[in-house]
Amino acid sequence: MKEKEEDWTLVIKPSSGLFDLQLREVWRYRDLLQMFVRRDFVAVYKQTILGPIWFFLQPLFTTITFTIVFGNIAGISTDGVPPLLFYMAGIVGWNYFSECLTTTSNTFIQNANIFGKVYFPRLIMPLSIVVSNLLKFGVQFVLFLVLLAYYVFAGSGVQPNWAVVLVPFLVLLMAALGLGFGMLISAMTTKYRDMKFLITFGVQLAMYASPVIYPISTLPEKYKLYILANPMSSIIETFRYAFLGEGTFNWMYLGYSTLFAAVILVLGIVVFNKVEKSFMDTV
Amino acid sequence: MSDVVIKVENLSKQYRLGELGTGTLSHDLNRWWHRIRGKEDPYLKIGETNDRSTKGNSDYVWALRDINFEVKQGEVLGIIGKNGAGKSTLLKLLSRVTAPTTGSIKAKGRIASLLEVGTGFHEELTGRENIFLNGAILGMTKAEIRAKFDEIVAFSGTERYIDTPVKRYSSGMRVRLAFAVAAHLDPEILIVDEVLAVGDAEFQKKAIGKMQDISKEQGRTVLFVSHNMATISKLCKYGLVLKNGTIDVVGHVNDCVEKYYSSTGEVNLKGELIVNRSGNGRVKLRAIKVYSSISEHIVSIGSDLIIELIFDSLIKYNTNDIRIDLRIDNHIGVRVAWLSTELMPITINSNRINFIVPSCPLNFGLYYITTCIYILGDVSDWIQNAYQFSVAEGNFYSSLKLPPKEQSDSLVNFRIENK
Repeated sequence: MKEKEEDWTLVIKPSSGLFDLQLREVWRYRDLLQMFVRRDFVAVYKQTILGPIWFFLQPLFTTITFTIVFGNIAGISTDGVPPLLFYMAGIVGWNYFSECLTTTSNTFIQNANIFGKVYFPRLIMPLSIVVSNLLKFGVQFVLFLVLLAYYVFAGSGVQPNWAVVLVPFLVLLMAALGLGFGMLISAMTTKYRDMKFLITFGVQLAMYASPVIYPISTLPEKYKLYILANPMSSIIETFRYAFLGEGTFNWMYLGYSTLFAAVILVLGIVVFNKVEKSFMDTV
Repeated sequence: MSDVVIKVENLSKQYRLGELGTGTLSHDLNRWWHRIRGKEDPYLKIGETNDRSTKGNSDYVWALRDINFEVKQGEVLGIIGKNGAGKSTLLKLLSRVTAPTTGSIKAKGRIASLLEVGTGFHEELTGRENIFLNGAILGMTKAEIRAKFDEIVAFSGTERYIDTPVKRYSSGMRVRLAFAVAAHLDPEILIVDEVLAVGDAEFQKKAIGKMQDISKEQGRTVLFVSHNMATISKLCKYGLVLKNGTIDVVGHVNDCVEKYYSSTGEVNLKGELIVNRSGNGRVKLRAIKVYSSISEHIVSIGSDLIIELIFDSLIKYNTNDIRIDLRIDNHIGVRVAWLSTELMPITINSNRINFIVPSCPLNFGLYYITTCIYILGDVSDWIQNAYQFSVAEGNFYSSLKLPPKEQSDSLVNFRIENK
């Protein structure tokens, strides 16, 4: 009796092709993604008094601190934009990227327990992280909009322009970058934990290599190219340009970031997929 | 179309022992160097069989080696083996938690595994929220869970706690809730590891009943791992015995259970005593022998069963200070008889003691004797499954017939009256 290959709905083999990503299966598990997002959102602030208000407080205090330290004490230029708005625009964007990156990079180690007991497409985990952070970003973004509205009506000269239509795309780029880098690092940390140490201070340092606390326009020419090589730079600058009307906006820079994000995302998914099959043996 | 739903071919899994450190990096580099030159992985050639008790020379072991078997639809397959025999590795491969080193598994339909109860339960979420979360982790859609929600809650018996965070649950309640979710999954293939150990007797019975339903009425396939031979032989028709990463026996569950017992080393086929025993050793059993009134070698139904015990220094003690227990278990470890000096008075005047059971009331099959000697109330020598003997068919009832083996291990004299 000869069995045809297509009779089997599932074939488990040592390793599969590099691009055998099983995205259809990821789609089938979309309800699980929703559950994870819900879990992250609901569970984080259980047994706290302020609850979701913590979502606001964190960026608010960071903004105030930055305003005092970098704006008032260090006197770094904000391109004529009210410092509160300037810093918050940078922080809200940067936070989304960095949270996606750091949480995703922990995927395997954090979830070793559950991954070791039950199968579901592992990609669901980092995807759910990006989505739950998107909710957090949404809340912080609303805070930013409220602040923006106040300044616009108070007549401080800031004026959102046509570039706001690019904002969803910018968010997508940040998600792709955070996800891509995060998955690459998570794949690397399963066997050798060295990357874990790098990531904790690396992300902090990377913030200073992005125009979060300074505008690109004030940079000396010789540094400008290095800062622009950072794919987050043009994203944050465009974000600021869209809402505050100040900042560097250049299609070429943005195109570079898009290309970078796409490459990193694909690379991240492929490596992640490769590692997920046997990571339980080494984690 | 054949009705084989799982086909495992040449399945192997290699693990590296010891700590991951700098040594692994050099191995990784070496492996990579072989791969880019198109050569075979150098570490696949080495590796030893997985016997945890002996010290090996290689850092690599085969947790599973060249496993081949098939499971048909609607079968309940019991997987048996000592600790470290490769049961969990096999289940992990089947449930895609990790990938095999070589070989393949082919399956038809959705596989759901229950390797641990309550995987992914979130402490802070309520029972209700966790049903949805756990269901989704196991592969159900939200609509499916909603449709079965009431059934799940009813089966788990945790109605009162359903809106309380799971961290307030007792461990038994968690098991109930988690098993309830898994049992309502409706996968084509369900894999269950020893998860029922935590629940109480009532729930274990319910869970086993549910698994029987799943296989018999819904025609689904169940793979079940347990150390409890009674449960295995009750639930499963076929079995698979793993030993040091290879298959020892596949076949009817009773054969598997017998093979498992005879390979555990707890039972000695030759009648010599095993050294693994416990007790303070004041009096030790030196030899044990079972025979019958009609033959030195065969015990048959209806003949007198004689269990002869020889001790080393029994006569040093007073009769009143000595207690000797004999426990007779059937082939799956279920106790069928208990003989003790507590029940029948003895007088000690030699180191040899015979227990005689007139007209052997045990059905044909394999039995194990556990011996336990107490001196002054303390355990002196306790040997589990010290001896194995089989009972051959013979005449017990006037009809010359015997009860079917699966109905009973003991034979009871009775008569039927019509008034």
